[in-house]
Amino acid sequence: MMASIAKLSLWAGYLLVLLALPQFFDSILSISIFNQMAIAIIFALSYNMLLGQGGMLSFGHAVYFGLGGFLAVHTLILIENGSVYFSIIFIPLVGGIFGLLAAIFIGSFSTRKAGTVFAMISLGIGELIAASSLIFVSFFGGEAGVSGDRTFGPLFFGVDFAQDLEIYYLAAIWVFIATVFMYLFTQTPAGRMANAVRDNPERAEFIGYSARRVRFISFCASGLFAGIAGGLFALNYEFITEENLNAATSGRVLLMAYIGGLGYFIGPIIGAVVLTLMNSLLSNYSELWLLYLGVLFLLTVMFLPRGFAGLIMMHQVAWLRGTLRRLALPYLITGIPAFIFILASIAMIELSHTDGEVFHYLGVSLERGSSIDWMLIGGIAIAAFLATRKSLQQLKDAWEDANTLPGDEDS
Amino acid sequence: MGILTLTAVHKNFGETEIIRGVSLDIEQGEKHAIIGPNGAGKSTLFHLISGLHRVTTGTITFKQNEIQNKTPYEVSRLGLTRSFQVTNIFARMNVFENVRCALLWSSGYRYSFWHLLGSQGEINDRAMEVLDQIGLKNKALFPAGELAYAQQRALELGIAIAGGAELIMLDEPVAGMSHSEASNAVDLIRRVTAGKTLIMVEHDMNIVFDLADRISVLVYGEIIASDKPENIRANSRVQEAYLGEVGSNA
Amino acid sequence: MLEVFIFATLNGLVTGLLLFMLASGLTLIFSMMGVLNFAHASFYMLGAYFAYSISLTMGFWLGLIFAPLIVGVLGAMVERYGLRRVHKSGHVAELVFTFGAAFLIEESIQFFWGPATKNYRSPDILDFPLFTLFGQEFSAYRGFMIFISMAIFIVLFRVLTHSRIGIIIQAAITHPHTVANLGHNVPLIFMGVFGVGTALAGLAGVIAGPVLTTFPGMAAVLGSIVFVIVVIGGLGSLAGAFIASLLIGLLQSYAIASSVGMPDLLDLLGVSFEADHPLNDLWTVTLPQIAPILPFLLLVLVLIFRPTGLLGKREE
Repeated sequence: MMASIAKLSLWAGYLLVLLALPQFFDSILSISIFNQMAIAIIFALSYNMLLGQGGMLSFGHAVYFGLGGFLAVHTLILIENGSVYFSIIFIPLVGGIFGLLAAIFIGSFSTRKAGTVFAMISLGIGELIAASSLIFVSFFGGEAGVSGDRTFGPLFFGVDFAQDLEIYYLAAIWVFIATVFMYLFTQTPAGRMANAVRDNPERAEFIGYSARRVRFISFCASGLFAGIAGGLFALNYEFITEENLNAATSGRVLLMAYIGGLGYFIGPIIGAVVLTLMNSLLSNYSELWLLYLGVLFLLTVMFLPRGFAGLIMMHQVAWLRGTLRRLALPYLITGIPAFIFILASIAMIELSHTDGEVFHYLGVSLERGSSIDWMLIGGIAIAAFLATRKSLQQLKDAWEDANTLPGDEDS
Repeated sequence: MGILTLTAVHKNFGETEIIRGVSLDIEQGEKHAIIGPNGAGKSTLFHLISGLHRVTTGTITFKQNEIQNKTPYEVSRLGLTRSFQVTNIFARMNVFENVRCALLWSSGYRYSFWHLLGSQGEINDRAMEVLDQIGLKNKALFPAGELAYAQQRALELGIAIAGGAELIMLDEPVAGMSHSEASNAVDLIRRVTAGKTLIMVEHDMNIVFDLADRISVLVYGEIIASDKPENIRANSRVQEAYLGEVGSNA
Repeated sequence: MLEVFIFATLNGLVTGLLLFMLASGLTLIFSMMGVLNFAHASFYMLGAYFAYSISLTMGFWLGLIFAPLIVGVLGAMVERYGLRRVHKSGHVAELVFTFGAAFLIEESIQFFWGPATKNYRSPDILDFPLFTLFGQEFSAYRGFMIFISMAIFIVLFRVLTHSRIGIIIQAAITHPHTVANLGHNVPLIFMGVFGVGTALAGLAGVIAGPVLTTFPGMAAVLGSIVFVIVVIGGLGSLAGAFIASLLIGLLQSYAIASSVGMPDLLDLLGVSFEADHPLNDLWTVTLPQIAPILPFLLLVLVLIFRPTGLLGKREE
């Protein structure tokens, strides 16, 4: 009973945060970032239904996102023409249905196997559809894409959705609904068996389930939600292009889900939020942000195989035992030099790449031609690196101290 | 005719004939052990019956259904379950989920994506009962992959029996266990297979003679004897082919 | 008509052999380590860029020698310090790691060399027409590409069939789990194979750079096609990769050179559609237009109907 109350309040909190965000950040930029986040959260969660929960590594998930989006824009055009008449709040559902149909068709043959074969089929289909989209211009609009207008159709309680803020509230509701349903899916027999098939498809067959059928169901559900995300994209931007169903978009969603943490339901949400923020904020400051993103991604794969969510969850034991406090100081001792090292490295990377002679960084002016400046930052970077390295042992000791209680060794 | 009947079953892998005409009839409620030297084809026979491999020729009948061309999940749905020689569990799920998944099909949930399992009292209770039976109740929320070896074997058995199958096939259920672990496992097997039909492959002769009502000896893909334990012990052909060294220390 | 066919064949051969140079390394790495190296084409791109930088000061020929070596060492380091670390987290993590490496290499190349196309040129000494047929020239450099690719193919074949290390590698391809039992230093072999595989990719980049243009997107152009080849040929089969490379090279070359399309087919069938038909794009599509998607179409068909590929034996 306590557990279900805790769960319900968690969901209520989620909804509250979604609805309250614009009260605190109401600039045009932040609303536009929130809209991107909403789209990314649904898309990344739908991707995790495949990879994290079903063990299917897809390199072509943007297909369902993009096809859903294209159909959504075409529906907007139909509403504008007056060919159909319904409120645009249902547009994401149109995208979802089309994503589902595409997934039913493609999943019928691609889910026969997981592993490399599945990954390759997803890659092939992705490339096939992305390339076809440039040939079939009347539907995909070629390189320019297709665009629509979301302000037609019947008003929804007097709202015409001309403002981005109005779209945000619509998106927040859709994100909430989609998150709830994707979570509930994990609690159903089909959702649980998806985990079982991921872990051990052979054994799953011996407890009565066709691994292929189980994968197919997850695949279709994933296509549905990817399509909803695509529909939301169409509503937000009022246009869609070939780029939204190509390999780069498929790669980005993999990145989000992986960095966030595949093993946890909340992981992709974290990944979507972090990457969208990085995308929007960093890209304003540095044209090298994709380079940093690549480094971050590789480091995550190498050192945090369970992603950011895994990193947070690692502290659960210490939290429950009340020993979390003991980690604070060791974290600071390692964290501060590590942070300085990162700042100094970025300074060197940016300085070597700056167009002008002088580069303004954290209130300091660095000169590109000055070897003193270079040696200074280089020295700071090396010193910070060594300090970080040296402090790792004490962090490790503190970690073990916080996670083991006396007499705990034998359990 | 018994619950499971094999008629002239052959299995070739490429040029090599692994199973060379096995016929076997297993009675309802029987505890049947299959013994034989390494490479005799015992595991292959299990794979053929459970649908993992296809027979080359011959028929296998389970409860009046021909199953030699069925997939593992179709065979399983008919009420035939099995365990594996190498531990074969759902490693990243917790112990409770492992058992509950094994209960899903027989509880009629099929591929449902509209039932929320948390609110399904009956299947959750049943899963806890199975955990109690196999002695893993206090490990219910533990990740299955991190259990100790003997506990993983117990879970393996739990997954196999959870669905209430009538015929249970166990492939070397106590292999790799210490003496005391093995004797616990035998008690457990006896408990959970009470009233069911059991076919097992096992190398430990003490356990075989302890558990089985009938023993078949498989040598190079052929059954050279199938009889009561005492007769098998006395059979000179079996002595010669297989039991020789084991019989002398037993 | 004949000259179109001959030149399409020759160009298809050039592309096919080039693709094989990439596919052979990818297949070797996959067969031994079970890793489909997503970053393989990125090493090809690195080869072209290193060769370009070397050629600026020391000329094309030194680039031809040194660029593949640098790429190979880099590849070995990626295996040693990256991939090996990820190995314990499973195959998906490895695939994702190579995917990330591909991403990072592309960004790094933009960082060091900038986004613009580089003027990486073939050596002057090969700047003459090898022969002229029906008034069309076939450049000596393309002949040189065929020569190098064939030479690599022959050397690789000899090494695999006649040397001790080749026999170990072959054993590892067919029986991946048993080689360790024979007492060979498997991590070292893995690192070596990864290094050689990436060096081959680098060499392909060195000779392809001047013809296919050296720019940050060049990995993406070939990357997925090489994957297609390895899968179509059959995962783990070198001979399959060879056949599939030529098949894809020729198929694309013929498709581009041809002038037939849907309208011809419709004429043949005696069917016609109005220009404002909703599927007009489909009725007017031509073979050169769909040339880029042919490999992927082939891939999907092969995976559906023969998941082991043309000559593959293992499914996973």
